[in-house]
Amino acid sequence: MTEVLIKVGFLAIVALNGAIIFTIMDVKGASWMQRRPGPLHVGLRGFIFPLAEILKFVQKEDIIPTEVDRPVFKWAPAYVMVSCVALFAVVPMSPTLVVADLELGVFFALAISSLGTIGVLTAGWSSANKYSLMGGLRAAGQLIAYELPLILAVVGVVIQAETMSLVGIVEKQIEWGVPFVVGGQIVGFLIFMVAATAEMMRVPFDMPIGESELTMGFMTEYSGIRFLIFYISEYMNMFILCAIASTLFLGGYHVPLLPTEWVNFYGPIVLLTKTAILGFILVAVRWSQPRFREDQLQNLAWKILIPASLVNILVTAIMKVGF
Amino acid sequence: MVNALDPQNMNSFSEASVSVEIETEDMTLNIGPQHPSTHGVLRLVAKVDGEKVHDVKPVLGYMHRGYEKLAEVRSYPQITTLVNRIDWVAGFSNEIPFIAGAERLMEIEVPERAKHIRLILTEMARISSHFVFIGAYALEVGALTPIFYAMEDRERVLDLIESVTGGRFHPNFNRIGGVKPAAGAGPTSKKNIQDLPAGFYRDTKVAMEKVIQAADQFQNLIGGNEVFKKRTKNVGVLTAETAEAYGVSGPILRASGVKSDLRTQTDYLPYDQFDYDIPVGENGDCYDRWDVRVKEMVESAKIVLQAIDSMPSGPLQAKVPKVIKVPQGRTYVRAENPKGEMGYYIVSDGGLGPYRLKVRTASFSNVSILPIMLEGALLPDLIAIMGSLDFVLGDVDR
Repeated sequence: MTEVLIKVGFLAIVALNGAIIFTIMDVKGASWMQRRPGPLHVGLRGFIFPLAEILKFVQKEDIIPTEVDRPVFKWAPAYVMVSCVALFAVVPMSPTLVVADLELGVFFALAISSLGTIGVLTAGWSSANKYSLMGGLRAAGQLIAYELPLILAVVGVVIQAETMSLVGIVEKQIEWGVPFVVGGQIVGFLIFMVAATAEMMRVPFDMPIGESELTMGFMTEYSGIRFLIFYISEYMNMFILCAIASTLFLGGYHVPLLPTEWVNFYGPIVLLTKTAILGFILVAVRWSQPRFREDQLQNLAWKILIPASLVNILVTAIMKVGF
Repeated sequence: MVNALDPQNMNSFSEASVSVEIETEDMTLNIGPQHPSTHGVLRLVAKVDGEKVHDVKPVLGYMHRGYEKLAEVRSYPQITTLVNRIDWVAGFSNEIPFIAGAERLMEIEVPERAKHIRLILTEMARISSHFVFIGAYALEVGALTPIFYAMEDRERVLDLIESVTGGRFHPNFNRIGGVKPAAGAGPTSKKNIQDLPAGFYRDTKVAMEKVIQAADQFQNLIGGNEVFKKRTKNVGVLTAETAEAYGVSGPILRASGVKSDLRTQTDYLPYDQFDYDIPVGENGDCYDRWDVRVKEMVESAKIVLQAIDSMPSGPLQAKVPKVIKVPQGRTYVRAENPKGEMGYYIVSDGGLGPYRLKVRTASFSNVSILPIMLEGALLPDLIAIMGSLDFVLGDVDR
C-alpha cells in the first residue's frame, strides 16, 4: 500500500513539476525570441511566473455555460490529464527508479497516449460551441493520423532492441555503446519527434487550437481551473513525450562513458537533461513557425511520415536479420 | 437473405458500389464581430461544410461613426481631426486628400517645403501601416513571433512622426495652405517659426535604413519560410479582371499584376520628383499581396531618404484668410493610401464647412471582394485570405 502511494506521489510530483519546468522554458523561450522583457525580468527573473499563472486560473470563476452537456464537459479535462500522467509510469529514470517496468512498456505508452483523444473530442463536442466542435474534430483527426507514424517509428526501435520494455530498450542501448539515434534509428527519431509535436498540438501542428481561426478550439468554453488542467496537460504531455523520445532514441538515463554502477545517482539528471534539450528544440520551433493547414497536415502524415516509417521498419528488419 | 457465396449472386455483389451519400447540412458559422482575426468588428456569416466554406456574407456597419454626416456640421480645419480616425493605422495619410481638395477649391498654392514634409510623413504612415500588416498577417497564419519585431520596428517610425506632429496615430498636422509648425521644434514666435525638430534628418536616415534592413529580414524569415509559403502560395488567387471590376485598389490590385499607383497618376503630392519602383505581383495570391507590401515599404523608405536630401527651404504656410471659407464648387481628390485608393468628394456651398463630404475608402471596396474570393475556400484559408486584404474596420465603415 505504502509503495503504491509513494509511486503515485512520485508520478504526480515529477509529472507536474516537469510540466511547470516546461512552462517556464516555453514562456522564457518565447520572450527571449520575441524580445519581450516581461517574463525575463519580472518576479525573480521570471521564474515565479508559472506560479502566478496557476494562482490566476485557480481564483477565476469556473464558468459552465448553460447549454453544455454538463458531466461530459466537466470530465473532459480529466481524461487528458490522466492520459498524460499515466504515460509517465513506464519511463525509467534508472533501472530501478521506475514506477512500473512493464514487459509491454512501449505498447502501454502508445495505448495510453491515445486516451487523451477522447478527452479532447468530448471537450469539443460537449461545449455546445461551433468553434469548439470544429476544434475537437480537427484534434481527433489529427491525433488519429499522427498516432500511426508515432507507433511505426517506435517499431523500428523495438525491432532493434528485441524488447518492448523501456528499461530493456535502454539497457540494449548501453550494451550497444551508442544510443539508437546514432545506431541506425535517425529517421525513426525524426518521424517520432514530428508526430509527437502533432500529438502535443503545438505549432506548426496547432490546428485544433488555432487561436486566430477557432479562438481557442476545443478549449474555448473552458475557464478557471478546468482550463488550467488543459493548459498543464499540454506541457505535461510535452514533457513526457520528450522523456519517452529520449528513452527510446537518445539512450535514456545513460550516457556513454559514465560508470553504470552509479546509474541510480546520475540517471534522473541525465534523463531530465536530455528531455529538456528536446523540449528546447520544440520551444524554438513553436515560436518560429507558422501553422499548417488541415489538409496539408493530413497529407504530411499519410503521404510522407507513414510511408517513411514503413520503409524505416523494413530497413531495420533487414539489417537485423541480415547482419 | 441473398447468399453471398452463391456463384450466381457473386456477380451482382461485385458490381454493387458503395454510394452512401450522407446528407449533411451546412453549418452557419458566425465569424465575428468579436473574433481574434477580423481586425476589429467585421462580421462574416459563413456557411461551412466541415472545413469547407460555401458562402460568405460580410456584415458591415458595427463601426459606423457617421463621419460624412458629422463633416457637414464642422468647419474645414475641424474636419482633419475626424478624417484622421478613418484609417487609424495610417492616420496621417487620411488628411492629405481632404486638405488637397479644400486647397484646390480655394486655389491655394502650397509651398514646396510643406509639400515635402507632407510627403515624408505620408510615406512614414505607409511604412507603419505595412509593418502592422506584416506582423498581424504572420499572426493570422499562426506565427506568433513576427508581430513583436514588426511593432518594434514600427515604433521607430511612429517616434519620428510624433517628433514632428506631436501625435503618433492622429497627428492632425495639416492645415489648409500648409502644415503646422512642428511640436518638438522648441519655442516658436511669429518671426522665427521652426518646422522640423532638431536631429530629424539624422534620425530619419537611421530609421529608414533600419526599415530597409527589417524588410529584408522579414523577406527572409517569413517569406522564406516553407510553411508560410505553403499557406499563402496559390491561396486566394485574385485575377486582375475581377479585381478591377470590384474597384479593388492599392497593393491588392498591384499584387494581381496591375501596375496602378495613384502616386504616379495624380499630383496631390510631388511624387514625380523622386525615383522609385512600383512593385507588382504575378499570381495575385496571398503570398504576392504580402510580398508587394514588403517591397513597397522599402520603396517608401527610399522616397523618404530622397525627400530628406532634396528638402527645399521656404515657408510652411501659404497665405490664407483668417476665417477659412471655401468658394462654391465641387471637387474629387484621390490619393494612394497604404490600403489603396482614398478619395474625398467635397461639395462646397461657400460656407464654413462642406455641404456634403463623400469619402471613398479603400478597405470598403477591398472587403467587397471577400464573397468571391472565399467561395470554396477552406476555413484556415478564409483567415489567410481575409488577413491578406489588410483592411481596417474604421476604413470600411467610417
